[in-house]
Amino acid sequence: MKRLVFILPLVVLTGVLIAFAAGLRHDPSILPSQLLNRPLPAFARASVQPGQAGFGSAMLRGQPTLLNVWASWCAACKYEHPVLMQLSAAGVPIYGLVWKDTAPAAAAVLATSGNPYRATANDADGRIGIDLGIVAAPETFVVDGHGRVRYKQIGPITPEVWANTLSPLLATLRAEG
Amino acid sequence: MTRAFLLLWLVVATPVAAVLPAEQLPDPQQEARARTISRGLRCVQCQNQSIDDSEAPIAHDLRVVLRERIAAGASDVEARDYIVQRYGSYVLLKPPVEAGTLFLWLGPAAFVAIGGIAAALTVTRRRTIEPTPLTPAEAARVDTLLDH
Repeated sequence: MKRLVFILPLVVLTGVLIAFAAGLRHDPSILPSQLLNRPLPAFARASVQPGQAGFGSAMLRGQPTLLNVWASWCAACKYEHPVLMQLSAAGVPIYGLVWKDTAPAAAAVLATSGNPYRATANDADGRIGIDLGIVAAPETFVVDGHGRVRYKQIGPITPEVWANTLSPLLATLRAEG
Repeated sequence: MTRAFLLLWLVVATPVAAVLPAEQLPDPQQEARARTISRGLRCVQCQNQSIDDSEAPIAHDLRVVLRERIAAGASDVEARDYIVQRYGSYVLLKPPVEAGTLFLWLGPAAFVAIGGIAAALTVTRRRTIEPTPLTPAEAARVDTLLDH
């Protein structure tokens, strides 16, 4: 009993220090998605490219897909763009939700730097973004074959993020069917 | 005189919020409710400001959505939950009591309780220690010492 009185504060202190150390590694700007393991909220919007078909949440079915939220004014999206081009060339289905942007500005980016998207949808007023819980572009949802959100990548998809996180996840989802 | 007059304006100065006139609801009562709710909602981009204070575009959007809900007849709780459902309970500046925040809510009380128990134990133990009476030999020695 007497020994416990001396050891207990040490144990508590160690616990608190471990909690603080873990807290230092935790980035508070990364908010977990409320949509995890839930179906995408229903939406359908026109494309930003004239004469092209837009897309809706109902189209993200049948196979795992990436739903990339981007904008022409977003610097990190430019950084991510070449990676998306590579993935698209490798056959990864990517859909692009253009968030809080104008259709001509977004279409101009696709015309000059290339289009990695199967289709784009124009969320000019950011309303779909709010339903999706978007904080800042770029964010990318991994959607499974049943239209459920399985992961949200906050920030650009770098080659590392693709190799370590998204690629293995997509492989698992494809195996799930 | 002019300076005094200018200083007088400070009396009517109020803290400025980021709410723009165009965002406000025509019904002052509904607008007041929206202001109260939005003061308790964290801006997801600039995380230590409420959406009432923040000039971030996303905060503007959330203020507008909140007011739309209220104008559509939602209660305060419903309007607030509309945003919580999308961004998580993290957006509440006053965290709700749930599994992940139990330590936050009960921690301080628990530490006060632990400290209180420890203090109480120490005090009661100190009281129960009765001084052992002096042996006759010791008493005699004290007497001789005091005589000097």
